[in-house]
Amino acid sequence: MPVQQPGATDPSVIRNFCIIAHIDHGKSTLADRMLQETGVVDPRQMRAQYLDRMDIERERGITIKSQAVRLPFVAADGVEYVLNMIDTPGHVDFTYEVSRSLAACEGAILLVDAAQGIEAQTLANLYLALENDLMIVPVLNKIDLPAAQPEKYAAELARIIGCDPSDVLLTSAKTGLGVKEVLQRVVETVPAPIGNADAPPRAMIFDSVYDTYRGVVTYVRVVDGRIGTREKVEMMSTGAIHELLEVGIISPEPIVCKGLGVGEVGYLITGVKDVRQSRVGDTITSAQKGATESLGGYRDPKPMVYSGLYPIDGSDYPELRDALDKLKLNDAALVYEPETSLALGFGFRCGFLGLLHMEIVRERLEREANLDLISTAPNVIYRLVDETGNEMIVTNPSEFPNQKIAHIFEPVVKATIILPTEFVGTVMELCQQRRGTMLGMDYLSEDRVELRYTVPMAEIVFDFFDQLKSKTRGYASLDYELTGEEESDLVKVDILLHGDAVDAFSAIVHRDKAMAYGTMMTAKLKELIPRQQFEVPIQAAIGSRVITRETIRAIRKDVLAKCYGGDISRKRKLLEKQKEGKKRMKMVGRVEVPQEAFIAALSTSDAPAAKK
Amino acid sequence: MPFGIYVHVPFCASRCGYCDFNTYTATELGSAVTRDTFHRTLIDEIRYARSVAGDREVDTVFFCGGTPTLLEADALNEILASIREEFGLADDAEVTTEANPDSVDAAKLAALREGGFTRISLGMQSSSSNVLKVLERTHTPGSSSAMAKAARAVGFEHVNLDLIYGTPGESDDDLRRSLDEVLDAGVDHVSAYSLIVEQGTPLARKVARGEIAEPDDDIAAGRYELVDSVLRDAGFDWYEVSNWAKAGGECRHNLAYWRGTDWWGIGPGAHGHIAGERWWNHKHPATYAEALGQGGSPAADREVLTSEQVQTEAVMLGVRLAEGMPVSAIPLESRTAAAALVGRGLLDGEALLGGRVQLTDAGRLLADGVVRELLG
Repeated sequence: MPVQQPGATDPSVIRNFCIIAHIDHGKSTLADRMLQETGVVDPRQMRAQYLDRMDIERERGITIKSQAVRLPFVAADGVEYVLNMIDTPGHVDFTYEVSRSLAACEGAILLVDAAQGIEAQTLANLYLALENDLMIVPVLNKIDLPAAQPEKYAAELARIIGCDPSDVLLTSAKTGLGVKEVLQRVVETVPAPIGNADAPPRAMIFDSVYDTYRGVVTYVRVVDGRIGTREKVEMMSTGAIHELLEVGIISPEPIVCKGLGVGEVGYLITGVKDVRQSRVGDTITSAQKGATESLGGYRDPKPMVYSGLYPIDGSDYPELRDALDKLKLNDAALVYEPETSLALGFGFRCGFLGLLHMEIVRERLEREANLDLISTAPNVIYRLVDETGNEMIVTNPSEFPNQKIAHIFEPVVKATIILPTEFVGTVMELCQQRRGTMLGMDYLSEDRVELRYTVPMAEIVFDFFDQLKSKTRGYASLDYELTGEEESDLVKVDILLHGDAVDAFSAIVHRDKAMAYGTMMTAKLKELIPRQQFEVPIQAAIGSRVITRETIRAIRKDVLAKCYGGDISRKRKLLEKQKEGKKRMKMVGRVEVPQEAFIAALSTSDAPAAKK
Repeated sequence: MPFGIYVHVPFCASRCGYCDFNTYTATELGSAVTRDTFHRTLIDEIRYARSVAGDREVDTVFFCGGTPTLLEADALNEILASIREEFGLADDAEVTTEANPDSVDAAKLAALREGGFTRISLGMQSSSSNVLKVLERTHTPGSSSAMAKAARAVGFEHVNLDLIYGTPGESDDDLRRSLDEVLDAGVDHVSAYSLIVEQGTPLARKVARGEIAEPDDDIAAGRYELVDSVLRDAGFDWYEVSNWAKAGGECRHNLAYWRGTDWWGIGPGAHGHIAGERWWNHKHPATYAEALGQGGSPAADREVLTSEQVQTEAVMLGVRLAEGMPVSAIPLESRTAAAALVGRGLLDGEALLGGRVQLTDAGRLLADGVVRELLG
C-alpha cells in the first residue's frame, strides 16, 4: 500500500513526466517496465503494452490517446515519491495534444532507439518540450540489440540537448535493464510541481476520452488549489458548469479518491457524453469562487485535411452516420457533414487533423461499425479570392469555381526531415518535385542530416511520406507544422468518363502538375474499367479544355461458346451472381464501373505517376 | 412436348489439354467399373429412368462423352435398343453419337447406322496440324472430312463437324483451310466454338506458365465473323450462336436444351431436366455405378426451379437461338431495355415489333451482355 495518498500528497514528492519517443522506439515497453518496477502491476497480469488500450493502438504499435499513471517509487533516499507518467501521442497530427501533455509535466524522458537515433517527430516534440522548460532525461533504449550504437547516438543526443554524452542513460526496456536508474534520474532531476494550494482551483485538461459506460473521462493536472468530488466545476473556455461525479487516479486501474491537490494528476467524470464538452487544453475551475484567469494555451482543434468517406454498400449510409456520431464523442477534432457524389453515392465530407488522424478514423469506423468504406483523395483547405475581392474557402474540388479566380492561396508547412546523408540528394529532389523551398540543413552527426523545407501542405498529404520512406529505404523521418499560406497557380482537373465528370476523381493541383495527374488517372482508369459494349473515352480536363485522353475500346465478344444441357445450372448461377455483382457497379452515365475500380483508382499506394 | 435422352460415356483414349469434361482414360475405374461392361450400367439407369419418367416416347437421343465410339458398336447399339425397348423411339427419332475421327471406321459407322443411329457428330476442331497439336488432339488433318464422307456413304443423312477457333497460333488462313475441309466434306451441320481456357485443365496451366498465349477475345470475334460469312455463303444458316445448319439439318436434341423441353440424362455426371426440375448424376463412374447398383437414383443433387429461375434460364437460353423467344419471356420491366438494345443494333427491331426477341448479327457476339440487360 503506497504511503502517499491521492489528494493528500505533498507536491515536493511529486514528479510529473512524459516520454517523448518515436513509434517503435519502445515507449510502451518502457512504460510497461515502469509499471512492473514500481509494483503497481502484478507480473502475472502484465499484458504487453498495458497502457495502449485500443486494439488499433496495440496493432499499429502507436498511442493515440494519452493516459496518466500514478506510480509510487521509493527512491535511493528512502522516500516514497509519486511519479505521474503521462503518455503522449507520438505523431505529427497530434502536435496540439502533445503540447498539452507536455504542459502538464515538469520533465520529459527523451527515449531514442540506440540502433536508429533520433527521428524528426521526436526532435519536433523535444523542441516543444524545451520550449515548455521541461527537464529532459535522455535515454537510449534497445541497447541489447546487436545493431545498437550507444556511443554514436549518445553523442548525437548530447549535442541536440546540450548535455554531456555520459548523462545519457542506457536501457533495454525489453529486458528491464536500466529502468530503475531512469526512475531514479526522474526523481533527482525533474523539478517538483509548484502551485498555490490556497488559490481558487485550476486544473488543465490534457486528455478527454469517451467511455461507453462512464461518459467522458477527463484527465487533468491540478495547478492550483484542490478539486474534490461533489463540487460543481466550470469549463473556462465555454463557461459550462458540470457536477463532478467522480475523481480518481489511474494506477494503472482507476482508483476513486476524494480529491486532487496541487501538482497531482488524475481523472474526473462529470457525466457529459461528448468530449467537445470537456476539451483538451481547457482550464477547469470551481463553479463558485472560481479562478478568473485560465491557464492559457487553449486552442480549438482545427481540421487541416478533408476527404470524402463513402460506404461501399450504399445501404450502409445510416450505419456510417451513426458510427461517425459515436466516434465524434471521443474525437474533438473530427468534423463531418453529409455529401453526395455522383460516383460514390451518399457519404460524408470529413475534416481531420492530418493523414494519420484520417487513417485512424477510417479504420475505427470500419472496425468498430463493421463498415466497408471508400475515401476520396485527401484535400487541404484553399482560400480563393475573386476579382471583386470576395473570399471563398474550398475544402472539396467540387466547390472549386469554374470562373476566373484572382488569387488562390494554399496552406504551407515547415517540414523537417531527418535522414542519413547518403539520401540527401534524392530527398532534395523529392522536395523539389513537391514544390518545396529549402530553409536549411544541419548535420546532427557525421552521417545524419536534418533538412528543413517549406512545402505546400497539399504535396505532403499526397503520398509524400510514402515516397520519402521508399526513397530512403525507411530511414528518413518527417515532421511538419503549418506555417501559413502562399499564393499558387492552382487548377482543378476533372476526369471525364464518356463525357461525364467523375466527381470523386477531380483534384486541385498546381498547373504544372495538371498534365501528370491527368495522365496518371486516365491511364489508371483505362486499366481498371472493364470494356463496355461501346467505346469509352477517358479524358482529363481543366474547365472545358481536354488535356489528355485514353480510350477503352468496345468489347467485341461477350458470349459463352457452349451452353448445352449440363451447362445450364452452372451458367444460371453465374448470371445470378453477376446480378448480385451488378449492385456493386456504379453507373457513370452509361458506363458501368465496378466499385473495385473506384477503390483502386483512389488508392495512392501504386500511383504510376508517382513512380518516377 | 418432345422428350430426349442424353447418354454420357465417360471414357477417352487420351485427354485433350483444353477439355474439362467428365471423362477418364483408364479402362478400369475401381472394381465395379470397366469400359467393356459399362454399357450395362448405363442400361440399368435407362430401366430406372423408365420406372420414374413413365410412358414417354423418345424423340431424340444424343451420345456424348468422353468418346462414345470408344465403346464397341454392339455396346452402343445395345444401349439404343434398351431405350427403344423401355420407352419406344419415335419413327422419325434423331439418334446422334459423337465420334472421334480416329475411333471410328467405315465398318463401325455402318454397324451404328444399322443399329438405328441417324446422325454422326465428328470432333474435327481444325485442319491445321499446329492447332491440333496445341489442342492435343490425336487425329490427323483430313481424317475428319474423310470420316464424314464415309458416314454419308453408309447412309447417315445428318453429319456434323465440330470446329474450334481462336486457338493460340491459329491464323485466319488456318481457319479458312479448316472451313474448306468442312465444306468439302459435304456435311449439313457445323458447330464452331471459340477456344475457352477452362480452369484446372492442362491448357490453363500452360497459359498460366506463359507457355501458350491466352486466347484473345478480339481475335476470336474476328474468327467468328469469318466462320459465319463462309458458312452463310455455302448455304448454312446459324440457328444457335455456335451452330449452323443447312435446311433441315438442325440438331433437334440440342434445340431441346435451348427451348427448355424435357430430357433424361443417363450416365455419370449427366444432367436431366423434366418440368422445371433439374438434377445431375454422381460424377465419378464408380460412385454412379454404386448408387445404381443399390437400386436407387444415381442423382447427386437436384433443384426445383423457382419461377424467377425458370425465367432467367428461358432468357439465357432463348437469346442464343436465331428464332429467339417471345417478348413475353422477358420480364415486363425489361421491355424498355429491349427497345434500347434495338437502338444499339443488338436486337432485331422488326422482330421485336412482331413480338419476338431476336439477336442481330452484331448482337450474337455480345449475347451474354444482352441477357444481362434483359434480366435487369
